[in-house]
Amino acid sequence: MTQNLRVKSSEFIDETNRISFKFDGKTYYGFKGDTLASALIANNVHLVGRSFKYHRPRGIMTSGSEEPNAIVQVNPNSNITEPNARATEIEIYEGLEASSQNCWPSVNFDIGGINNFLAPLFPAGFYYKTFMWPKSFWEKYEFFIRHSAGLGKSPNTRDPDIYDHRNIHCDVLVVGAGISGILAAKNAAKNNFKTLLLDEKNELGGSTIFEANEDNKINHNSASEWLKKEINELKNIKNLEIKTRTSVAAYHQYNYLLARENLTDHLVKKDKKNKIRQRLLKIRAKKVILATGALERPLIFNNNDRPGIMLSSAIKKYSNFYGVACGTKNIFFTNNDSAYESALSLHNKGIKVEAIIDIRENSDAKIIKKINDAGIKIYWSHTIVDTRGYKRLSGVSIMKLSNDGTSVIGSKISISCNCLGIAGGWTPAVHLYTQSGSKLTFDEERKIFIPKTDTKEQISVGSCGGDFELDEIITNLNYKLKNFLDINKTDFEGITLENDHETSKRNIWLLPSDQTIGKTKPFVDYQNDATAKDIKLALREGFRSIEHVKRYTTTGMGTDQGKLGNMHALGIIADIAGVKMGELGTTTFRPPYTPLTFGTIVGRNVGEFFDTFRRTPMNDWHIKNKAEFENVGQWKRSWYYPKEDETMHQAVQRESKAARQSAGILDASTLGKIDIQGSDASEFLNRVYTNAWSKLAIGKCRYGLMLNEDGMVYDDGVTTRLGENHYIMTTTTGGAANVLGKLEDYLQTEWPELDVYLTSVTDHFATASLCGPNSKKILNKIIPDLDLSDDIFPHMSFKEVLIDKIKCRIMRISFTGELSYEINAPASYGEAIWQKCIEAGKEFNITPYGTETMHLLRAEKGFIIVGQDTDGTMTPIDLQMDWIVSKKKYDFIGKRSLYRSDTMKEDRKQLVGLLTEDPNIVLEEGAQIISELNQKPVEMLGHVTSSYFSPNLNKSIALAVVKDGKNMMGRKLFVPMENKNISVIVANTVFYDEKNERLNA
Amino acid sequence: MFLINCPYCGERDQQEFKAGGEAHIERPKHPTELSDDEWAEYLFMRKNIKGVQFERWNHAHGCRKWFNMARDTSNDEIKAIYKMGEKPPTQ
Ligand SMILES: [Zn+2]
Repeated sequence: MTQNLRVKSSEFIDETNRISFKFDGKTYYGFKGDTLASALIANNVHLVGRSFKYHRPRGIMTSGSEEPNAIVQVNPNSNITEPNARATEIEIYEGLEASSQNCWPSVNFDIGGINNFLAPLFPAGFYYKTFMWPKSFWEKYEFFIRHSAGLGKSPNTRDPDIYDHRNIHCDVLVVGAGISGILAAKNAAKNNFKTLLLDEKNELGGSTIFEANEDNKINHNSASEWLKKEINELKNIKNLEIKTRTSVAAYHQYNYLLARENLTDHLVKKDKKNKIRQRLLKIRAKKVILATGALERPLIFNNNDRPGIMLSSAIKKYSNFYGVACGTKNIFFTNNDSAYESALSLHNKGIKVEAIIDIRENSDAKIIKKINDAGIKIYWSHTIVDTRGYKRLSGVSIMKLSNDGTSVIGSKISISCNCLGIAGGWTPAVHLYTQSGSKLTFDEERKIFIPKTDTKEQISVGSCGGDFELDEIITNLNYKLKNFLDINKTDFEGITLENDHETSKRNIWLLPSDQTIGKTKPFVDYQNDATAKDIKLALREGFRSIEHVKRYTTTGMGTDQGKLGNMHALGIIADIAGVKMGELGTTTFRPPYTPLTFGTIVGRNVGEFFDTFRRTPMNDWHIKNKAEFENVGQWKRSWYYPKEDETMHQAVQRESKAARQSAGILDASTLGKIDIQGSDASEFLNRVYTNAWSKLAIGKCRYGLMLNEDGMVYDDGVTTRLGENHYIMTTTTGGAANVLGKLEDYLQTEWPELDVYLTSVTDHFATASLCGPNSKKILNKIIPDLDLSDDIFPHMSFKEVLIDKIKCRIMRISFTGELSYEINAPASYGEAIWQKCIEAGKEFNITPYGTETMHLLRAEKGFIIVGQDTDGTMTPIDLQMDWIVSKKKYDFIGKRSLYRSDTMKEDRKQLVGLLTEDPNIVLEEGAQIISELNQKPVEMLGHVTSSYFSPNLNKSIALAVVKDGKNMMGRKLFVPMENKNISVIVANTVFYDEKNERLNA
Repeated sequence: MFLINCPYCGERDQQEFKAGGEAHIERPKHPTELSDDEWAEYLFMRKNIKGVQFERWNHAHGCRKWFNMARDTSNDEIKAIYKMGEKPPTQ
């Protein structure tokens, strides 16, 4: 295939390095340095996709990240496929494959194109109005919509690439390496600021670098030659780090920016291997200089979206930078002088320019004479009223504009062409500026939003700051830099500048046609297919806020965030509403400026590194003994220990029986442990727990319930008094960090007078919990010297002992209702102590059990699990735990709330036991509970919170919260499931050993 | 992402901190003597203003100390940071 549109050799393209690539299955050739877009245009391919709603043929429109149309699927049919990539940003490499998106079966014959002819049926808000009614039809509509619309396909296997994050701290960050950014970075670095310069392109120099306007001169040289010398000097500057192919995605408060550095996307497959693909830079800069440039505006006229219609500046870049002609017969359509530069660039390279259509009456810029000398016809005061050509532009029709610009007059002239450059003026790229929280101001005369303020920490320079002409760019940059960096002099002060000045202006947001608005298609948002008509309709239907119009019409809601058409949308609204654009406000630009891959966002935090996890000291033993693990908070806890081919149910039933019949052992190391010391420790516990603590003797343990200030149960656990001023508190596994945080909060802010010190010791101790009637015998084998008699070592007491010279704390406490001892050993001896228990327990068939069995055993006893049987709406009274709430204490956290009218209500949801009428049916946790079967709407009384089959009782048991449950003992209720209603009887929460006789068995 | 100047540690990234709601709401000394409305005022009512707001912050992944911050909620400008027990700045 010939690249018949290469017009000249370009210094940025390596013509000795020919590259083959595939687009839509067909092989093409380009050169090193090409983007997919420039290479396709060189092969005369403009049609690259279909539009979202009407499936209209669309072509490449821009040369940068603002591209709305040329959105492609990279490496289709592979596990590294990437949707929504802009062809204008993809650097080609040998073996690159890409395909069109949003078209089926092919870009040339697209079945959805029929929507274009059905366009009258697809007005603004169509999706809201039609597909939402009747509701039951949504699934049918959805099928149709999903198949005919959508942008690209996501990969369906794991991303094999490596991504990375890097933190960067710098004195000065410069975003954008056009002429302003380069001069700013150079001067910052030379003045000893640690400087970082970023640009999204692979070459420095922005648009000046391929500038060919002979009227723009710096020190009597062409601006591009002068800038190339400046760029060459950058290499020798200390303190300056430059990153190309790096686009800033987000600019947050306090100069915190996120940028994506693209490292290997432009490399051939073998060079990508084992390398980091993209890196997220997390930058905290003391000062930020925004030099993000400006985006050219399109013009909004009838059928302004055909392949071959491009931004004038893009046509210039393709010819001057890539050496590619976008068309063989070109027309420019403009409201300013910049299109003349593009036209002249083409003309000087021998590319035919048929005409320039200018909506202005005249211009006295110097370049006009050159255009006249070149013999290019200029149509002043004219507008395009229509275009022709389905898959490629073939011509335009133009007419004279009326004086007020609202209509066209005279006769229609038809001109044929295959490329149309449109130039609607420039929009400063203020996206990052506004993301930072800074405010814009509207310049009514120039019709642009510009930064309102520069600060000590941030300035905008060059065209993103509203300076477009060379002399004002350099002069203002010089002035701003000196202030911002607090330096006396820049090194480009005093250079001589020559350039043309634009004096004539005319702006019409929506250009008129000889056809009425209902018959025309002037696209405002190309990617989302929103036309000026849609905006008018939205206003007619009463939408006024720009944010509402935007959502209703979907203008600016595409992956390009409407970078091209947003200003026109605003302008059209302002015109219709009869208000000034400045009063209308602008929409908010949200991060990311250009889309980020998920890979970049998560970096290395994938797979096992997704979240941190914690393992107990006995972890290796659990793995060796084939434990299944459960995530509890960040902990990996043993869930159950299946033997041979046991199911989970079988294992849990076996473990539960063993723990009650002989002996079981549980790894309880994950429980939160807080060491509490200080002369006011007892008083502190009095204030944070609902029960009284002052009289707890040294060496004794007590269960405590902790509330929030709103009276709701927050956490629970056993606390042991180790000494006069020394306690150790245990918390739930998941609540440990929050409890410590809450206690610290009260200590530091409400009760700073208390002498109390809190230390988290969760990780310092390993805990083996021995349980069952034989646990005493096992412990006796391990510590023969210790008197385990109930008088000396009773339930709810503590002993400090030595086991093989290891200092251990043993608490005789029970969460199962069985005789039980918790051995706390220093973490590093945890596995040794555990092993010792297992050895000593062998003759009693000691059975390790996991969290599931623990949950079952405690449910048999009706012990709650905070967070499972409670959900932040349960008071201790609701839990039928009135016994633990001190009536005598003057105050504790949450006390007052227990006497609020709402918490005092008799018929609140309360914790009860449930027994199924059929003892073999196990309820589902979370299932709803009702009292009437035929009531509509049925009243939901509550739900099941815990449910198990108890092997020790040989029946199903459950805990539930039920409205007015306390008064429902013995009543029959129902648990409605999909196919049946299960009858249940309200019961006591304690199902097993109600008299607690087994604690001393 | 704020840059917060912990009064004990210095400037640190916001990631290290936890916000703790409105500041200078003192827990009543005698809760049992309060009416339901008075208790509710303490328990639930928060100003949530647009403008300079006084709030509590905790250097949760640092020194674990609580401190106060005056922050303009309209632009996230941190006007002042001061220790627990200190009076809020008047300006
Ligand atoms: Zn700190």
